[in-house]
Amino acid sequence: MGNPSYDTATARGLWGWINARFPLEKMLKEHVTEYYAPKNINVWYLFGGLALFVLVLQLITGIFLTMSYKPSATEAFASVEYIMRDVEWGWLIRYLHSTGASAFFIVVYLHMFRGLMYGSYRTPRELIWIFGMLIYLALMAEAFMGYLLPWGNMSYWGAQVIVSLFGTIPVIGDSLAEWIKGDYFISDITLNRFFALHVVAIPLLLVFLVVAHILALHEVGSGNPDGTEIKKYKDANGIPLDGMRFHPYCTVEDVLAVGVFLLIFCGVVFFAPTMGGIFLEPPNFEIANPMQTPPHIAPVWYFTPFYAMLRAVPSAFGTQIWGVIVMFAAIVVLFFLPWLDRSPVKSIRYKGWIPKVALALFAVSFVVLGYCGMKPPSGIFPLLARIFTGVYFVFFLGMPWWSRWGRFKPVPERVTHNAH
Amino acid sequence: MSEEVDQGRRRLLVAATALTGAAGAVLAATPFLASWKPSARAKALGAPIEVDISKLEAGAMLNVEWRGKPVWVVRRTPEMLKQVEAATPLLLDPNSDGSVQPRYAKNADRSAKPEYLVVLGVCTHLGCAPMAKFQAADVTVSADWPGGFYCPCHGSKFDLAGRVFKGVPAPSNLTVPPYSYLNDGRILVGSDATQAA
Repeated sequence: MGNPSYDTATARGLWGWINARFPLEKMLKEHVTEYYAPKNINVWYLFGGLALFVLVLQLITGIFLTMSYKPSATEAFASVEYIMRDVEWGWLIRYLHSTGASAFFIVVYLHMFRGLMYGSYRTPRELIWIFGMLIYLALMAEAFMGYLLPWGNMSYWGAQVIVSLFGTIPVIGDSLAEWIKGDYFISDITLNRFFALHVVAIPLLLVFLVVAHILALHEVGSGNPDGTEIKKYKDANGIPLDGMRFHPYCTVEDVLAVGVFLLIFCGVVFFAPTMGGIFLEPPNFEIANPMQTPPHIAPVWYFTPFYAMLRAVPSAFGTQIWGVIVMFAAIVVLFFLPWLDRSPVKSIRYKGWIPKVALALFAVSFVVLGYCGMKPPSGIFPLLARIFTGVYFVFFLGMPWWSRWGRFKPVPERVTHNAH
Repeated sequence: MSEEVDQGRRRLLVAATALTGAAGAVLAATPFLASWKPSARAKALGAPIEVDISKLEAGAMLNVEWRGKPVWVVRRTPEMLKQVEAATPLLLDPNSDGSVQPRYAKNADRSAKPEYLVVLGVCTHLGCAPMAKFQAADVTVSADWPGGFYCPCHGSKFDLAGRVFKGVPAPSNLTVPPYSYLNDGRILVGSDATQAA
């Protein structure tokens, strides 16, 4: 194909006219048709594309929901019932959006786990990881604020618990919580405000961060399960020998992935949209009542690992900020992952048993913490939560040491791949 | 015209422009950030409320709303006041040193008049609403329960003076809001300024 440069004087046709004025072809080549992804990427590399698909799904369904939803304490709950019962296909649009929220986190957690397995965050991809973490933070804020909007009783008390976390900060806490709420309690004012943030501010931020994430990725190139750099071996035209064009080779895989994803996703939307109280919690089918706490407050499943850590730490010195600090530290520590990992190899494939066991323990701790966070804090659960909060932090804070222990296999120069 | 650039002058101008711009940005952000504070209407709705306690029976609890929070008024019987005394050794902060209450409620029964307990029904852990469990030895809490309030969210326990038990997540006693007696049968919740007519 080459790289024709367009000139306003000589460019021909509509395509030429556009490209003389806007770098459409250049951008398409750079990011789609002539972006080279490693030939050996596997199924774990599909979740980034799926996350993008779910983002678009959430944006579209969200826009349609705002057309019937009323962000006011007196009308919100009824307007959601109206969407469910009276708006043509309203139930589908709402369940796509509510199930989409959970799907987003499932896909993003798998995407992040891929990063952990194959060392995707290591040099030169640290900034990709940091943009990804910022996306994760924005996603959590987006999900939290979105959960208040139906104005159910769990919406209300979930928001109450999370906002009061800020109230534990010494000195400024109370006025900060009041500033966030815009009132002395979670009220119509708070709902209206969260609506604006959920619908306009954070989606804009999310889209911006996703663009930054992808631009950073395309600058340094995709990683792969072998942890090699495909840019090291190029042919005469400067094309990586172990690379394949993003389009059509990756796009066709992504289309298949979207198909499989939709098969499962639509199954949930049609047959189990509440997922037995995990995706949509039963107390949220009652209107918000500031005078009546649900018997057991638990956030939606994707926040429960962190919620379990919050509860695992007892109060001390007359304040319970310690749990809040531990919870936020659990997220902040992820930002430092590229610098905590000192392993001589990137990929789990060439690591010994110690890093493999560590990664498995981390995965187990995240799942167990998530389960503890859903359960009332009695019986075995507080103890389990404490043990696995410990495991979680030992995994990250011990990483500079354990990541160097044991035997490592030699990393091949070229990727491991059989043409098919 | 000279091609020579006066670097010192350039630096000064760049710094001055940047500084002015930054100051302008901060000033321009102020109204937006301040718009998040409780509005005049929210403040007006948060004004003190009058509560009629003359019809409250002994041992009963009244639940009123002030600033969107439940305020409990419990008319305590002499037995209940004894339960308060009995609970004292089990408490984290029996003297309310690390808790929030007006001066006149920083005493053993945490009230201006021992007969009436006025507290915010908001758990000091994470803001849930504890439940009234006034019966001693209530098996839904524990067999050695001296009577009080139990928070179903994370298991915090408080006695009949709203004082927190040891070994629960809540770090301090239930908050006592400012209040004052307008007369024997009426209290004003939200204000303890010199009593109005």
